[in-house]
Amino acid sequence: MTTGALALRLLPIALALPLASCNLVQSPLNPVSPQARDLLWLFWLFTAVLAAIWLAVMLALLMSLRARRTFGADPLAVDPRRESRAGILVAGLAVATGLAVLVLTGLSFAGQRRLFADEAAAVTIRALGHQWWWEFQYENADPSQGFNTANEIHVPVGQTVLVKLESTDVIHSFWVPSLMGKVDLIPGRQNTLRFTAERAGVYRGQCAEFCGLQHAKMGMLVVAEDPETFARWREVQSQPRLEPATDEARAGERAFVAAPCSMCHQVRGTRAAGHNGPELTHVGSRRTLAAGTLPMSRGNLAAWIVDPHGIKPGVNMPLVKLDPDELNTIAAYLEGLK
Amino acid sequence: MTRHPLALITLMLALGACQREERAARPSPVGSETQEQVALVKLSPGVPGPTTYTSGKAKEFEGNAYHLSQGKKLFTWYNCNGCHASGGGGMGPALIDDRWIYGGSIENIVQTIREGRPNGMPSFRGRVPDDQIWELAAYVRSMSGNAPASAAPARSDSLHPHPAENRTSPSPPVSGGIVPPSGLLPQ
Amino acid sequence: MSEAATAPRELRDSELDGPALSARLARIWGTQRSIVGWLSSVDHKVIGRRYIVTAFLFLFMGGLTAIVMRLQLAQPESKLVGPDTYNQLFTMHGSTMMFLFGVPIGEAMAVYLVPLMVGTRNIAFPRLNAFSYWVYLSGGVFLWISFLLNIGPDVGWFAYVPLSGPEYSPGKRADVWAQMITFTELSGLAVAIEIIVTVLKQRAPGMSLSRIPLFVWALFVNSFIIIFALPAVMVASTFLILDRLIGTQLFNPAEGGDALLFQHLFWFFGHPEVYIIFLPGTAFVSAIIPTFARREIFGYLALVLSLIATGFLSFGLWVHHMFTTGLPQLGAAFFTANSMLIAIPNGLQIFCWIATLWDGRPVWRTPLLFVCGFFFIFVAGGLSGIMLASVPIDTQVHDTYFVVAHFHYVLIGGNVFPLLAAIYYWFPKFTGRMLSERLGAWNFWLAFIGFNVAFFPMHISGLMGMPRRVYTYGPEMGWGDLQLVSTAGALVLFASFLVFVWNVLASLRSGAVAGPNPWGAGTLEWATASPPPPQNFDHIPVVTHREPLWAERGGLPVVTGLSIRHRELVVSSVAEAEPQLRESSPAPSIWPLIAAVTVGATFIGSIFTPYAVLWGAPPIAAALTGWFWPKNTPEDEE
Repeated sequence: MTTGALALRLLPIALALPLASCNLVQSPLNPVSPQARDLLWLFWLFTAVLAAIWLAVMLALLMSLRARRTFGADPLAVDPRRESRAGILVAGLAVATGLAVLVLTGLSFAGQRRLFADEAAAVTIRALGHQWWWEFQYENADPSQGFNTANEIHVPVGQTVLVKLESTDVIHSFWVPSLMGKVDLIPGRQNTLRFTAERAGVYRGQCAEFCGLQHAKMGMLVVAEDPETFARWREVQSQPRLEPATDEARAGERAFVAAPCSMCHQVRGTRAAGHNGPELTHVGSRRTLAAGTLPMSRGNLAAWIVDPHGIKPGVNMPLVKLDPDELNTIAAYLEGLK
Repeated sequence: MTRHPLALITLMLALGACQREERAARPSPVGSETQEQVALVKLSPGVPGPTTYTSGKAKEFEGNAYHLSQGKKLFTWYNCNGCHASGGGGMGPALIDDRWIYGGSIENIVQTIREGRPNGMPSFRGRVPDDQIWELAAYVRSMSGNAPASAAPARSDSLHPHPAENRTSPSPPVSGGIVPPSGLLPQ
Repeated sequence: MSEAATAPRELRDSELDGPALSARLARIWGTQRSIVGWLSSVDHKVIGRRYIVTAFLFLFMGGLTAIVMRLQLAQPESKLVGPDTYNQLFTMHGSTMMFLFGVPIGEAMAVYLVPLMVGTRNIAFPRLNAFSYWVYLSGGVFLWISFLLNIGPDVGWFAYVPLSGPEYSPGKRADVWAQMITFTELSGLAVAIEIIVTVLKQRAPGMSLSRIPLFVWALFVNSFIIIFALPAVMVASTFLILDRLIGTQLFNPAEGGDALLFQHLFWFFGHPEVYIIFLPGTAFVSAIIPTFARREIFGYLALVLSLIATGFLSFGLWVHHMFTTGLPQLGAAFFTANSMLIAIPNGLQIFCWIATLWDGRPVWRTPLLFVCGFFFIFVAGGLSGIMLASVPIDTQVHDTYFVVAHFHYVLIGGNVFPLLAAIYYWFPKFTGRMLSERLGAWNFWLAFIGFNVAFFPMHISGLMGMPRRVYTYGPEMGWGDLQLVSTAGALVLFASFLVFVWNVLASLRSGAVAGPNPWGAGTLEWATASPPPPQNFDHIPVVTHREPLWAERGGLPVVTGLSIRHRELVVSSVAEAEPQLRESSPAPSIWPLIAAVTVGATFIGSIFTPYAVLWGAPPIAAALTGWFWPKNTPEDEE
C-alpha cells in the first residue's frame, strides 16, 4: 500500500474519531462488509474533496468582503485590466469545477460497478416487506431445507449473501448500513442486493422508505456468524417447532392454538397455520420482538400481547382478550420456541 | 354574533370529518364482547313488538374509513373469500346484493360472524377479536353500498370482480330474503 | 389599436406633466376603495403584496408544524404526538413549504417587481394574475382546513403509490393532497405565463436583451422551468385521484400499471422544483450584490448563460431521487453525471458574485448579511448534493437525516436567506419605510446560528443510521443527543422569524421614511416613488444602460404619447425592445374571483364524486363568459 493510499485509509478514521463514542449499531460508519467499506471510503473521499472546496469558497468570500477598491465612487467605473484578469480567473475556476466533477463522476461510477457486481451467492434469501415487519424466506434447492422466518436473518461470515427484495403491500426499503446500501422493495418488481459479512456480530437494519403508520418501528437484525454456527442455526430453523417441555408450555400451546393467535401466525408442527403475521416457529430464538422494537423476553412477550397498540400504535396485531393465566402460559410457550 | 353559526358549522364539520377519518387503532373498552339483539321480522308474540337491544357501537364503525379499510383487509386475511368469493357468493351467499338472510343491519352481521349461522357459516367467537368482527361487518355492509361513498374503500390493488365499494350504488337492506344456495342442498 | 386621429381627440401624457399627470394616471390605474374594488383589483402591486403576505403566512404555518415535529423528536420514545398526527405533520410541512411557499414566493416577488423593473405599468394578463392569486389562496386554505378537520394528508409531500393509493390510504386524506396539488399548480402556471409575456413584450423602450436586469432574467428562466415541470406533477396527482376515485389502474402493477411511474412523473417535476425554488434566490442575490458592492455585476453574460444552462440541466436530474429503486445501473450513472454537471453553472454563478464583491466596496447592511449567510449555507448544501448525486454514496444516505440536512441547506440557504435579504432590500419600496437595521442584525444572527445548530447535526444523525420520516426512535439507537441539539437550533431559528415579524410590524408603523431610492441602487424600480403609485411610472422610461439609474444621473429619458384617458402601456419588440404598439391593459374585474371560486368548488367537489366535474362546468363557463363579456369600457373599445 502506497503512502497516499494509506493516508486515504487513515483519513476516515481521523474524521470518525469524534463519533467514536456514539452508538454505531446501525450506521454506515461501522462497515463490516467489503461493500460497506467501499462505500464509506468513497463517502470520506467525497467529503474531503468537497469540504476543501467549501473552505476555499468561504475563504474567497471572506477576502472579497474586505473593502479595497480605491478609485472613484462611480459604481459604473471599472478597471478593464482588473476585469479581464478576474474573467480569466473565474473561467479557470469554472473549468476546474468541471474537472473536479468529472473525476468525482468517474470515481462514483467505478464504485457503482464494484458495488453491484454480479457475484455467485452462497445463501439466497427472499425478503418480503409487510406493513410493518419483514418476512424472510431462505431458499434452497431442496425444498425441505427452505424455511420462513421473520425480522431476523442469520448469515455466514465470509460468504456472499443474495437478498431478493419483494413487497406484499407498499414500498419499503431494505437497509442494513453496516453491510450494504439500501435497495427498495417495490410491489410488482424484484430487486436484489448482495453483501458479504466479514466479521461476526449483530447488525441492525431498518425500513428506509416511508411505509405508513409504523414506518419508525420496522427494524430487523442481521446476525453474522461463522459458517458452522450458521449451518446449525439453519438446521434448527428448518425443523418444526420444539415440542413444549413443561406443563406450562403445553398449556400455552393449547391456549395459543385455541386463541385468535393461530388465525394469523404459524407455528410449524401445530394447527396454528396463519400467514398474515410473522412466522413464530422459532420465535424464542430471535433477539427482538415486534420487528426490532423490544428485546426478546417473557415479560416483553406478555407486554406485547397485552397491548400491541400501546407499543406500536396502528399495528395489525389486534388486541386479544386473554385471561392472565392464558397470557402467562402463551408467553412461556413462545419464549420456549427456540 | 354572526360568528356563532359559523363556529358551530365548523365544529360540526370537524366532528363529522373526525368520525370518518379517525384512526382508532386501539379498541375501547379493551377486548369486551358487545351484546346485540336485532329482530329479523316485525312480527312477535305479545303486544310491545320484538325486543331490540344494541350496544351503540355501530356508529363508531359504519362510516369510518379506517375501520372499513381494515375490514376489507381482514376479509381477505381470514379467507372470507373462500366461501363468499369477494362478495359474489359461492358456497356462501352473495354479499354485494341487497338480500340479507339474517338481517342487514351491522348488528345482525356482527351476530352472524360471531355466532355463525346454519348451513355452513362458522362461528368466529374466540377466533376473531370483537373489534375486528365489527370492522368486518362494516365492510360487508359497504359491499352493497351501505356505507358513505366518502368513507367506503376504493378499488383494490388485487383482482376485484365487482365495482369498488365506493362506486357501488346503495341498496336498502331487505330483511328476510331468500334461501341461499347452500340451504337448498339436501340436508 | 386606435387610429391616431380618432375623435374626440385623445388625451396623451405628452400634454400634462408633474402632479396633474400623476393624479390623473393614479385615478385611471387605481384600485377602488371598497370591498368590491378590493376584490376586483388587477394591480400587480396589490396582488403581489397579497401573494407575498399569504406565502409568508404559509411559511409560518409550515414552520409551526416543523417545531411540533422537532419537539416530538427531541427525545427518544416521546409521546407528544402519535404516528398518525406525526405523519400528517410532516406531510403538511413538506406540502406547505414546497407548494404553498417555495413556488409561490418566487412568483409573488416576480409579480410585484418584474413590471417595475422592466418599466411597465402592469403585468401582462392582469386578470389572470388576480385569478391565479385566488386559486392559490383557496387551494392553500383548503389544505389547512382539511388538516384542522383531521382529513389532512398523511402520505408525505411525495405521496408515493401504493401507500397513497386506494388500498393503503383509506378516507379522503390522499385525495385532499392530490387535488390541492393540481389546483395550486394551476396558479403557478398562470403566473409563469404572465411573467414570460411581460418580460418578452412589455419591456421599456431600449431595454434590449443585454440590458435586462439579472433579477428579471432569473425569474424569466424560472417561469419556463415552471411551465415545463408543473404539468408532470399535475398529471401524477390527477392519475392518483383517478386511481383512487374512479378505479383506474394506472399505478397498479397487478393490472398492468406501474408503481414507479408515479415516482418518475413526480420527480420529473420534483427536481426542477428545487431550481424553481432556488432561481428566485439567485435573482435576489444578483439584484442585491451590485447595490451593496457599489459596482456593476461581474460577468453578466456568464450569469445569464448559467441561468439558462441550469434551466435546461434541471430536467435531466430527476432519477437521482430514485437511485435505490433498482433502475438499470448505466441509466442511473447517466443521471449521476448530469447531476454533477449542474455544479458547473452554479459554481460559475458563485464565482461571479464573489468576483463582484471582491472588486467592489461592500456596504454592510442587513441584506448583504443575509447574502453572506446564503453563501455559507447554500454552498455547503450544494456540495453535499454532489455526494447525493453519486449512486453508491446515495444508497447509504438516501432517505436518512443526511438528506434532510442537505436539502434544508439547499432550500433554506438558497431560498429563505436570499428571500429575507430581499425583504430587507425591497421593504422600503413596498411600504415606503425602512426596516430596522438593529433588529435586522438580530434576525440574521439568530437565523444563521439557529439554522446551523438545527441542521448541521442532522448530517451526523443520518450517518448514525437515522432514517427520515420516523415519528420516534428507541433510546438504544443513540440519536437522542443530536436530535435534542437540532430541536434547540430549530427553536432559535423560529425565534429569528418572530424577530422578523416584529421588525416588519414595528417598521410598518414607525420605520424611517424611505425615499424613492434609499440604497442608491441602479435598476428601474427605484426610479419611482416608494411605495410606487398605481401607474408605476408617470412617463415610461427609456433604458440606455443595464443599470439605468447609475448611468443617467440627471434623470431618465422618457417616452410620451400614451393615453391618459384609459389604461395604456407600451408593447415593445422581443430582442431590442423597440416600441411597437400602444396596448390597452384590462380594468379591474370581479369575474376572476368568481371564476376562481367556481373552479375551486369543482375541484373540492371532485374529491367526493367525479360528477362534480360535470356539475362544475356550467358555473365555470358562466364565470368565464362574464369575464370576457365586453363591458363598454375604454379598454374594451381599443
